[in-house]
Amino acid sequence: MSRMIALVPLLIAVVVGAFFLWGLDPDRNPNAIPSVLISQPAPDFDLVQVEGLDVPGFSRADLTGNDGPVVVNVFASWCVPCRAEHSVLTGFVERDGIRLFGINYKDKPADAAAWLKELGNPYERIGSDFSGRAGIEWGISGVPETFIVGPDGTVLYRYVGPVVGDKAIKTFTKALVQAQALKEGQS
Amino acid sequence: MIPEIGHFALALALALALVQSVVPILGASRGNRLWMRSARASALGQFFFLSVAFAALMRSFIVSDFTVRNVVENSNSLKPMLFKVAGTWGSHEGSLLLWVLILTIFGAGVSVFGSNIPETVKARTLSVQAWISVGFLSFMLLTSNPFERVFPPPIDGNDLNPLLQDFGLAIHPPLLYFGYVGFSIVFSFAVAALLEGRVDPAWARWVRPWTLAAWMSLTAGIALGSWWAYYELGWGGWWFWDPVENVSFMPWLLGTALLHSAIVTEKRDAFKSWTILLAILTFSLSLLGTFVVRSGLLTSVHAFAVDPERGLYILMLLAITIGGSLTLFAWRAPTMEPGGLFKPISRESGLLVNNLILAAATGTVLFGTLYPLFLEAVTGDKISVGPPFFNASFVPMMLPLIFVMGAGPYLSWKRADLGGVLQRLRFVAGLSVLATLVIWYLTEGGPVLAYVSILLGFWLFLATLREWAMRIRLFDVPFGEAMRRARNLPRASYGMTLAHAGLAVVIFGFVGSSAWKSEQVVFVKPGDEISIAGFDVTFEGVEQVRGPNYFADRGKLTVRRDGKEITVLYPERRSYPVAQSQTTESSIRSTLAGDLYASLAAPTSEAAKASGAWTLRILYEPLVFFIWLGAVLLIVGGGLSLSDRRLRVGAPRRTKSVPVGSVPAE
Repeated sequence: MSRMIALVPLLIAVVVGAFFLWGLDPDRNPNAIPSVLISQPAPDFDLVQVEGLDVPGFSRADLTGNDGPVVVNVFASWCVPCRAEHSVLTGFVERDGIRLFGINYKDKPADAAAWLKELGNPYERIGSDFSGRAGIEWGISGVPETFIVGPDGTVLYRYVGPVVGDKAIKTFTKALVQAQALKEGQS
Repeated sequence: MIPEIGHFALALALALALVQSVVPILGASRGNRLWMRSARASALGQFFFLSVAFAALMRSFIVSDFTVRNVVENSNSLKPMLFKVAGTWGSHEGSLLLWVLILTIFGAGVSVFGSNIPETVKARTLSVQAWISVGFLSFMLLTSNPFERVFPPPIDGNDLNPLLQDFGLAIHPPLLYFGYVGFSIVFSFAVAALLEGRVDPAWARWVRPWTLAAWMSLTAGIALGSWWAYYELGWGGWWFWDPVENVSFMPWLLGTALLHSAIVTEKRDAFKSWTILLAILTFSLSLLGTFVVRSGLLTSVHAFAVDPERGLYILMLLAITIGGSLTLFAWRAPTMEPGGLFKPISRESGLLVNNLILAAATGTVLFGTLYPLFLEAVTGDKISVGPPFFNASFVPMMLPLIFVMGAGPYLSWKRADLGGVLQRLRFVAGLSVLATLVIWYLTEGGPVLAYVSILLGFWLFLATLREWAMRIRLFDVPFGEAMRRARNLPRASYGMTLAHAGLAVVIFGFVGSSAWKSEQVVFVKPGDEISIAGFDVTFEGVEQVRGPNYFADRGKLTVRRDGKEITVLYPERRSYPVAQSQTTESSIRSTLAGDLYASLAAPTSEAAKASGAWTLRILYEPLVFFIWLGAVLLIVGGGLSLSDRRLRVGAPRRTKSVPVGSVPAE
């Protein structure tokens, strides 16, 4: 009996070691968090407009049947990086003419309206996700997050975190070009 | 030339380690004293050659020798001297060199100070220590040579990661490594005991000082690391349950368990195979830490540059060391005869509960840390396990431990008188409840868990003091007599009192700074005022300043309370042009009652920068200073215990007069 118990630590170590061996695969990147949504239809949701703004809300239906891809950005007035990202997204809209929809995540409508009044509104449509329900459907891990949705309503790309700084903007621009939201060489 | 000497010294050390891993252990089994004694020379020789190699690398850093690749990658001619020196262990190769240097320090330490250890045990221990040396020296020479040259030499180096250019972090790795690697000698002792086939109270007494020394360093290293994270990362937190933090915390938890179980082995000749197992596992977890940090297995902010080849080599070393020792354990442990019997209410039981909880807590942290890997391997899903898991699982586990910790020292060995103990503790329990009620009244609300933790903190603190008072019979006998008793109390007993009280102090710090923290993240323009926790903070503006190898934006915040100016805070945001990265330098007004903490984030946009608007994070963290104060108490307690006569390893003259060698040398 005690002989069996004395073997237990060894067995546990062997099992853990096997996992380590598997984990050492050089092709494995523990930092990458893939989205299960990629190449899947955008989730079902229906968001009303943000009170105090004259921008319509949107639902899944508004993501299909467009003539080009749409960028869906999850933002909130309480989110500090969103403020930094705002000018970048505005730049994409004004310069490159991308279509930008916003999901206003867990935000008071009055705060969101004041925020957009201060910084300007690049969004064509903004849905108010006060309950955070749509955020769950989209599987976001934090704010901000940005998705590119193809004309048929398929999620093509997901960017976690603010699109701020040269490297992030380059990555995101590349994704936009791939999704044909931008033409090659533009921006 | 000098780097080549360093390289050559490493090769010589490896040769000595190879000799030491065979000759003394053979001598022990054949009874050849000369062979056994050769361990002393080879252990000292290894230490000497590693010192030469380390000095050679340090010299290359100090004179900024950019023909050495390691210096190019981790240093810069403009870097302040302190950080040039610290750069020696700032990289994977350099820190590995430090690791092995410490390994040889402990080996040499045992061969010099272990004069009371029987020769066979010492010879076997040093051979096992040499096996570890061989593993890591060959790893270094084959995959991570710190002395590799680069040609043509660049004009200047790439600079050390600026986050690491900090005094706290300059000395954090050496302390942490002393802890990690210090457990190696305990491991070697355990394996030697298994080979010898015998564990007795004397064995526990030889092992204890080394365990204590390693534990103290690890405590200091972890506390420093958390202090660094607190003021350098700019988030105001002191513990993030990051995988790398966890891998340093697990050996600490098990090491703490080992310290306590070794007491039982020493005093009562019980818990023998358990103590051995703890010694093996504690070092195994230290090795695991080394592996995780250097293999890129888990995602973490601390990890070194990742190289799968190195990862595989370390995993192999791990498999041999851990697998081999646990196999030996499975084979030999069942033959060890169980020691003294004890009743359910006794000191032994108290320490058993302590050990079970600490081991379970270690298991929990291990599981949480590795769970993302397990899940990814089995289902392919990627998740990260963060503070919510650890707070929900680890914290509740610690609460009963704190309770037992308060009562444990009152219990006598073998069989304790429960009624008497309860009677003594009645007063302490009442006072703790009263104190908690006062806190509850003063704080006006907070999480229930916080109040429970505060209650247990008071309980532990007061029970510890009461136990000390009881020992010296304070208030029972005249004051002078009590003082005389206090002077005569063994230092180990003071060590326990201080360390236990220190943990209570740490708990107050944990609870205060997490449950009653106020935090504000605001956009400020010069002249703006923020109110937080009774302070009025005025943002005066930002100016540009220049350091030796960085530029900085320095904010100025005037802090007033009730209209009176009390201090000025200068949080900085530094840019290191060579390393191309930024750091935040928070500015903290630290008092016993709490810290006012300010850090500056980057301006949100060019327009915002032009208008002078900044993102400012201001926190008030009550009692956070207690965390480090308590850590100091823990370390001082450990030190006092280490200096106890019973364990004094460096005083052979005295130990000769005391019959320590109760076990005759074979």
